[in-house]
Amino acid sequence: MITRLLIERLDARAIIVVAVLLIVAAAVPALNLMLPADHPLHVPTYMVALFGKYLSFALLALSVDLVWGFAGILTLGHGAFFALGGYVMGMYLMRQIGARGVYANPTLPDFMVFLNWKELPWYWYGFDSFAFAAPMILLVPGLLALAFGWFAFRSRVTGVYLSIITQAMTFALMLAFFRNDMGFGGNNGLTDFKDILGFDIQVDTTRAALFAATAAMLAFWFLVATFLVNSKFGKVLVGVRDAESRTRFLGYRVENYKLFVWTLSAMMAGVAGALYVPQVGIINPGEFAPANSIETVIWVAVGGRGTLVGALIGAIAVNFGKTWFTGALPEFWLFALGGLFVVVTLFLPKGIVGTLGDLFRRRKRPVDDALEPQPAE
Amino acid sequence: MHILRSLLLSLLVAIAAALPARAADDAELTRLVDALGAGGFDDTSAQIAALAATGEPRVAAVLELLAGGDLYVKKDGGAVVAATRDGKGYRITDPLSGADLGTVDRSAVTKIKINNKLRGEIKSALGSLTLASTDPAARMTAAETMFKAADPESIATLDAAIAGEKDPAVTEKFAEARAAAVLASDAGEADKLAAIAILKERGDRDALALLRAAAAGEGAVAEAAATAAAHVAQVLSFWEAGQNVWYGLSLGSVLLLAAIGLAITFGVMGVINMAHGEMVMLGAYTTFVVQEAIRTSAPWLFDYSLFIALPLAFLVSGIVGMAIERGVLRFLYGRPLETLLATWGLSLIIQQAVRTVFGPTNREVGNPSWMSGAFDLGHLAITWNRLWIIIFALAVFAGLLAVMRRTAFGLQMRAVTQNRRMAGSMGIRTPWVDAFTFALGSGIAGIAGVALSQIDNVSPNLGQGYIIDSFMVVVFGGVGNLWGTLVGAMTLGVLNKFVEPYAGAVLGKILVLVLIILFIQKRPRGLFALKGRAVEA
Repeated sequence: MITRLLIERLDARAIIVVAVLLIVAAAVPALNLMLPADHPLHVPTYMVALFGKYLSFALLALSVDLVWGFAGILTLGHGAFFALGGYVMGMYLMRQIGARGVYANPTLPDFMVFLNWKELPWYWYGFDSFAFAAPMILLVPGLLALAFGWFAFRSRVTGVYLSIITQAMTFALMLAFFRNDMGFGGNNGLTDFKDILGFDIQVDTTRAALFAATAAMLAFWFLVATFLVNSKFGKVLVGVRDAESRTRFLGYRVENYKLFVWTLSAMMAGVAGALYVPQVGIINPGEFAPANSIETVIWVAVGGRGTLVGALIGAIAVNFGKTWFTGALPEFWLFALGGLFVVVTLFLPKGIVGTLGDLFRRRKRPVDDALEPQPAE
Repeated sequence: MHILRSLLLSLLVAIAAALPARAADDAELTRLVDALGAGGFDDTSAQIAALAATGEPRVAAVLELLAGGDLYVKKDGGAVVAATRDGKGYRITDPLSGADLGTVDRSAVTKIKINNKLRGEIKSALGSLTLASTDPAARMTAAETMFKAADPESIATLDAAIAGEKDPAVTEKFAEARAAAVLASDAGEADKLAAIAILKERGDRDALALLRAAAAGEGAVAEAAATAAAHVAQVLSFWEAGQNVWYGLSLGSVLLLAAIGLAITFGVMGVINMAHGEMVMLGAYTTFVVQEAIRTSAPWLFDYSLFIALPLAFLVSGIVGMAIERGVLRFLYGRPLETLLATWGLSLIIQQAVRTVFGPTNREVGNPSWMSGAFDLGHLAITWNRLWIIIFALAVFAGLLAVMRRTAFGLQMRAVTQNRRMAGSMGIRTPWVDAFTFALGSGIAGIAGVALSQIDNVSPNLGQGYIIDSFMVVVFGGVGNLWGTLVGAMTLGVLNKFVEPYAGAVLGKILVLVLIILFIQKRPRGLFALKGRAVEA
């Protein structure tokens, strides 16, 4: 029955995406580990880590698309949830270092020894066990989003005002995390990780496993998101996006719908951050920078707002471009990124996926597509 | 020995002050200087006192050389000379006249050794030397040094100086220095009470510290000191609040300058211009370019550079703003979120363009002479550049208000803000109003950049630092209302500076941000919201 329900709720596109993700999750680690280094199809380890990073960005973009594409909340602060998830994972990884730090202190991480702290702050308790840290990855960003959203949506802060206060939120968190007194490593953040779940974080097998986990997690959350937007709940969300007052007058509690999807999306961003940190090996307050959050929005816009799969494509494409540009023409990356913002908003309001979909559909048959974003009245 | 020296010193200073024209004759001076070369530390101490007693300005240079360890004795003849290393030997000069005496071998001279006790004596001797200086400002500084030292031994010297002083302001400083010394001495109760009264009158941090120290003991003096200290502390806390308000207003005026252009574009057009900070940055760079041109071709114009930069910055930023509006934004009206993204992209492009042209490092923009320096108002230290920026911010505000209220363009702008379609029906060309409004807002940002170049680093990231704060001001004050922006900017500025002492700069900023976020929940449209009937604003 569950299978039938799933198939009813999922369109063909989602099934293809999930299938591709699962194949990638299996194939890339296999090509990395099983083939010899000189084989033409061998995937080098740095590529595995790089693409793992892209996939965690894709999950972040998916979470932004869920709130922006379907509930009309333009968030300029999702980087905060991403970074919080990352910090939770970072704290767990710091505790795994144990006495192997530079100062070889069995209870305190290096930066605390350096700052002459005597004991572990209370909020670091429990992070030596993954069983405690794992739910925290969801809870910490989730609770912040719940509190923030409860205040914001209840008092009907919408549109650009909401965008600006989400930006202020991540800015405030960035300033806070830059402080050494916060106990999160200040400027330098958390780094020098050794183990994850008992495996050495540097070896190829662990990196391949992290990649597979990221791809699988992305597939899982993609299913959740697709399920959500195809349900009745999703239809109401689109109603909120396109005509908030009208939906409220029809008797829906708009703020509850928004709050639910906002909190869920923040948790997704947290998971993305937690997968990102072990693959890049560092988390620092720079991740809270408002610019990062805005960049995430442009990934979604490039791929196609309100399409889910567009978020994935956009995140991977833009980040691939970024890697290429910063390697080949570092001077021009900001010109390219800035130009992308302008060109996409002016000429590709539906993004890559939306525009391709239009071309494809015009050939076949016209359909009304509730999922295509329309400007709110 | 000490008393003797003080007596001698005061006597001679009194003579020197009474008869400033009298100069010790050169032979006598040279004899005194040469005497420095003989004997141990105790002898040197007496010799320093004797030198200081001459009241001769040239002695100060000699004493400074001695303190710096640059004074040597020639083994041949025992003359004292100033020497600096020159290759293998020493280049020696006459310490009084500075005349070159040639180069000698290293073994030909011996350094005059001094210890910390002597250094202290040299310092106070220098202080009393300048007490007799002919320049009132130098006498004031000397009095201030002696006030900080609070050395009981200087009482006699100061008494003599007070007796000979004509300038009332300097006399007051001398009296304060004397009071500090009396309080530290073992003088009688009446003297000390008088000293406490003088210190209470002075009433600054240094006086408070001295009074608190005096209040530590017992008896009438300690009680009087405690009362005076409490009084001074109260007055000081009042002044401190004043200082905070002043700093707050100063910060507020900066915020006002940065935000006021944004208030116009956001208020009238509903456009969130993320490239607003870059308009400020362009204005600052215009100032830099103007100053560079002046430096190379017309240096005498430097003091007027800001007046030249103001209209140019307005033009540069205004034209760029208009280009943005005509080129990009007009295609995005009615889609505020897309506008936000597009302008963010433009801000990246402008930043990178400036970085490519001018380089990523800070460029130096100088202060004209009339903007440097500071003056005291009571216990407030007020710097000229801050004061000018407050005045400038208010002038810009008033000017803008006049444009909005009194000109045809302002009328059209307000009409478009209130009801775009109706304004259009009345024959107002709303697209052009939009374009000029955006240009005006950007131009104002440009002249804000001229002002900010005086107090901030001019770098490609200049605008980024202001953008979030400016948004906070506009959102807090309420959109479409210039008075809201003024009140918002000043409130946030003062609030920031009052929170800062308790929470530290960073935490204070975070607290203010959190307060604004909470405030938005209460009043989603800001302090001064435009009232309307529309359901969807």
